[in-house]
Amino acid sequence: MQLKPGARLVSQACQTQVVVVRAPEGPVDLRCGGHPMVAADAEVAPAELSADHSSGTQLGKRYGDDEIGLQLLCTRPGAGSLSIGDTILARAEAKPLPSSD
Amino acid sequence: MHLTTLLEMAGEGFGERVAFGTRDGGLTYADLLDRARRVAAVANRRGVERIGLVDVNSDVVPTLLFGAGFAGVPFVPVNYRLADEQLASILARTAPSLMVVADEVPARVGAIEGVELIERSAFLEELASVEVTGRTPERSPDDIAILLFTSGTTGEPKAAVLRHRHLASYVITTVDFMGAAEDDAALVSVPPYHVAGVSAVLTGVYAGRRVVYLPSFTADDWVRTADSEAVTQAMVVPTMLGRVLDLVEAGDGRLPHLRHLSYGGGRMPVPVLERALSLLPHVDFVNAYGLTETSSTISVLGPDDHRAAIASDDPGVRRRLGSVGRPLPTLDVEIRDAEGVPVEPGAPGEIWVRGEQVAGEYLGRSDVMVDGWFPTNDCGSLDSDGYLYLEGRLDDVIVRGAENMSPGEIEDVLVAHEAVTDACVVGVPDTEWGEQVVAAVVLDPGRTASEEDLQAWVRDHLRSSKTPAHIAIRPELPYSETGKLLRRVVKGDLASEFG
Repeated sequence: MQLKPGARLVSQACQTQVVVVRAPEGPVDLRCGGHPMVAADAEVAPAELSADHSSGTQLGKRYGDDEIGLQLLCTRPGAGSLSIGDTILARAEAKPLPSSD
Repeated sequence: MHLTTLLEMAGEGFGERVAFGTRDGGLTYADLLDRARRVAAVANRRGVERIGLVDVNSDVVPTLLFGAGFAGVPFVPVNYRLADEQLASILARTAPSLMVVADEVPARVGAIEGVELIERSAFLEELASVEVTGRTPERSPDDIAILLFTSGTTGEPKAAVLRHRHLASYVITTVDFMGAAEDDAALVSVPPYHVAGVSAVLTGVYAGRRVVYLPSFTADDWVRTADSEAVTQAMVVPTMLGRVLDLVEAGDGRLPHLRHLSYGGGRMPVPVLERALSLLPHVDFVNAYGLTETSSTISVLGPDDHRAAIASDDPGVRRRLGSVGRPLPTLDVEIRDAEGVPVEPGAPGEIWVRGEQVAGEYLGRSDVMVDGWFPTNDCGSLDSDGYLYLEGRLDDVIVRGAENMSPGEIEDVLVAHEAVTDACVVGVPDTEWGEQVVAAVVLDPGRTASEEDLQAWVRDHLRSSKTPAHIAIRPELPYSETGKLLRRVVKGDLASEFG
């Protein structure tokens, strides 16, 4: 699917929801729990979580692939893993600032 | 990313935590989310295109900031200290708008076409009773989140534009979601129309850290509130810190809960900082440098840097107390000469910055280059370890003969004199040199120094061309309430005396 910054997506295999922070130029095969993610307002066809894609997502963590310019922020956690095809997305390690605000 | 998404995450992730106000009875994240959605209903039924605030700090600030986001219109916090005429002229530029205002504002500005002024209490009543339809406009990260009218020393104030994606990028890359401890509380005394007031709301909400507002700053209130609300962190401008330290030194508060104190918004004299580090050894100090146009902080001198600098005999390390630290890892920063070419490490020039949080935009124009770089108009240097030193605004550079001089360097030398507590160096017109260097200083009440003493001091530490031709002694220097030294006022004053 073609992603757009700000778009909200949901998993069909678990509770995971993400928002697109940075989107690659071309379409990508974004999945969660082994199944394609869909727009938050689209119809969900419940699917079974794939065992190879079940390490879970964490609320408030960012996932992505710097090479293709993809970054997602998890806005609701779930049991599935985020992936492009079968390649699991890495979690971006936040480097929080010493509280400057 | 859209800022309302951040609030939705907080509302769903830890809705019962207190977000704003006192630990008992404050507004929770769930309350705030509900209120912000109601703001959208109130705004949309009027069809306004901007929602603003002309009032001191209160939990109406986050309500409107996020509420405007849900309504799909910019939030415009306006400086309530402006003169009546200027305030009215800025308000007229927000039409068609709904402005939540302090009680005295309608009488100050009169009727303005297309601008509905509603007093805070009436607004809160309407919010409580409004029917929320659930329909919200399409939200795009590219929408304008905030319009901040800059102080504009000449001509019409400019309206700086910050889009949702700029602010959200700053928040999610520098703050851990839900990273605050249950008992964390931040004391916010910067006004709502300052970018630091905006970012305090956003980072507080995303981290899940309770925010306690001081409606307006006095050192007494600040220390008392920090104690009674068990405040763990705060941001202050240099003048505020000096006044707080006076109370701590007098034994009127030890700030036992305080763990982090960040400062910024103006030049921090090193002696004040040294005093702070020795009076509050249990506190982590952070120097944050940023601009409105960059969604707040772009570089940070952290607690470890402070401790290493104060403990070091190495002048290069010690000097870092006067730096604004290192740029955030998410940004590129370069120092460039007047032609836009990067300079060698250590050499002064204009600070350029590039990154997702950099807006660099005003209503009607963008100052960001096509390659994403934004010239800040601030002058500084980067040392070989990557520490950034700030020298002031490019406009403040003094040109004497063919020599460019930064006032900051001369001011640093002046305040290092034992009798001097504050200094401002400016250029005034001079028939021989184009400009001559003159200074205004404030002396420690317990000490004396003559103009000649201070000139000799500067000459010994710098060189004769940088020695002020005149040094006027003043009881105090003028500052804005957000800690900016009002150089133009000093310049006008000194130009009429020595120009």
